[in-house]
Amino acid sequence: MALPLAIETHQLLKKFGTNRAVDGVDLSIPQGMVYGVLGPNGAGKTTTLRMLATLLRPDGGEAHVLGHDVAREPARVRERISLTGQFASVDEDLTGLENLRLLAGLLGFRRREGRQRAEELLTAFSLTEAQNQQVKYYSGGMRRRLDIAASILVTPDLLFLDEPTTGLDPRSRNQVWDIVRALVAGGTTVLLTTQYLEEADRLAERIAVIDRGRVIAEGTSAELKASVGTSVLHLSVLSPDQREQAAGVLKDRLGVPAFREADPTALTVQLDDTARAPLALHALTEAGIPLRSFSLGQPSLDEVFMALTGRPAESDEPEKEVVV
Amino acid sequence: MTEQDTMATPDAARDTSLEAALQSALARRAAPRRPGAISNATMFGWRALLKIKHVPEQLFDVVITPVMFTVMFTYLFGGALAGSTVDYLQFLLPGILAQTVIFTTIYTGVTLNTDISKGIYDRFKSMPIWAPSPLVGAMLGDFLRYTGSSVIVVLIGLLMGFRPEAGLSGVIWSMMLLNLFAFGIGWIFTTLGLLMRTPGTVMTISWIVLMPLTFASNVFVDPATMPGWLQSVVNANPVSHLVTAIRALMAGTANLGLLVKSLLMPAAITVIFAPLAMVLYHRPR
Repeated sequence: MALPLAIETHQLLKKFGTNRAVDGVDLSIPQGMVYGVLGPNGAGKTTTLRMLATLLRPDGGEAHVLGHDVAREPARVRERISLTGQFASVDEDLTGLENLRLLAGLLGFRRREGRQRAEELLTAFSLTEAQNQQVKYYSGGMRRRLDIAASILVTPDLLFLDEPTTGLDPRSRNQVWDIVRALVAGGTTVLLTTQYLEEADRLAERIAVIDRGRVIAEGTSAELKASVGTSVLHLSVLSPDQREQAAGVLKDRLGVPAFREADPTALTVQLDDTARAPLALHALTEAGIPLRSFSLGQPSLDEVFMALTGRPAESDEPEKEVVV
Repeated sequence: MTEQDTMATPDAARDTSLEAALQSALARRAAPRRPGAISNATMFGWRALLKIKHVPEQLFDVVITPVMFTVMFTYLFGGALAGSTVDYLQFLLPGILAQTVIFTTIYTGVTLNTDISKGIYDRFKSMPIWAPSPLVGAMLGDFLRYTGSSVIVVLIGLLMGFRPEAGLSGVIWSMMLLNLFAFGIGWIFTTLGLLMRTPGTVMTISWIVLMPLTFASNVFVDPATMPGWLQSVVNANPVSHLVTAIRALMAGTANLGLLVKSLLMPAAITVIFAPLAMVLYHRPR
């Protein structure tokens, strides 16, 4: 028998006043994968996740989590999920160990078992040294790890991670990614929201792009990129002095403008046909401009988002996400 | 090349051991048996105690206010009202005890209001636990505050010359009654704490409710000297019933009727406000 879907929503709707924060979201997420929900601030990611985690009641549509209706059987859903919210869902006044022991006790661990389990997780998440410090003195990365540890005292079948790496340095971010990968390897389904395209690209097996409360694209990272239908030629000239000249040559020969990257030697050209790439390289050789490197690749998710919405993903106007 | 190799080895070794720890930590999927409502509420009571342990400053009011009130009212009014401060203290102390504990209930609302805006409540709400347990548990933690402030009032009273005829058992029964009363009316402040936007507003509104409630009672004076209309107000005031019961407990003259009468109002408040608080708790904020 096939497993029920981890998440299945149909025309899910949430209104705050007249603002349709989630405006008819359809999702169908199989178990056992990392699923990314990608979108700018205020797109409706957090609101969607809060409805799925039974914290908010949908105003319309349906949502099933692991086969249970979130509106009718919230208790059944809560037994099998865990949530790590966008704002640390741990108690800042308590120590790391106390936080885990409290939650373990609430889940029914007996005193000694709870302590053992807490210590086991603190070790696995490299928090042993800080276990007796109040969480308010933790760094962002430590707090996140504790937050995730708190979510897996009983390893859930489905874990919601709301922007798990927002504000983290690259090292802490990598640690969080490793934890997520290990969880999925162990059979947990992870639904994560992110505004970082790289994160969705690196971590998620499938991605839904959400904008203004709607799913505007869905698929694997490669599918999303392919759907935009262009490939990108990245070039790096040997000498920065020659970049302008190279840009001119490319525009003449390919008929499309070259984008000047922050790196003073780098240029990017969008091609609608991969076959035109050798032409560009040939033209530069003829013009006597030596290249340090070149590569032909798929567009980044940034470019995908731009193509889907007509605006960049991260420099969005500061739309206010309704925090509830 | 060789440098890279030596650099890589310890890192890789650490990663493997960490990974093994992670794998074994994640391998435990079996959930323990779901605990009951009381167990859940007790854990939240423990949380409240931990908070007091880490932020003991919050007990400042609990310690200072009762000392101030007992000393101030006894010496200010004692001579004028009862002829001597010691005689007045005998009358006043049960009243001050009630007033102090009632004022302490405000902190239930204020603390909850500060607490609930934090992300950890998202976690509590998404966990398979008895839904009211965070609220009930917080109130269990308050028992410590109530007991603490009443012990202080009684000690100050004893130092100043208060002598309960019923002795220690009178004091202990009084404290138990006070805790029950405070638990009941605490639901009002829990509701306010959930309803208001800022702790400051909770505090202000609570004082507006509590000042007339405690002063228009028999805490400070015998209502026999009051005008008739005020007497009926004072005699209907649940605080008066509580104080009468405590005086009787301390004097060793209490009966079941008095105790029941003093607990009617807190019971009614619990019946009305506890469900209201639950609705507000689950309302999206």
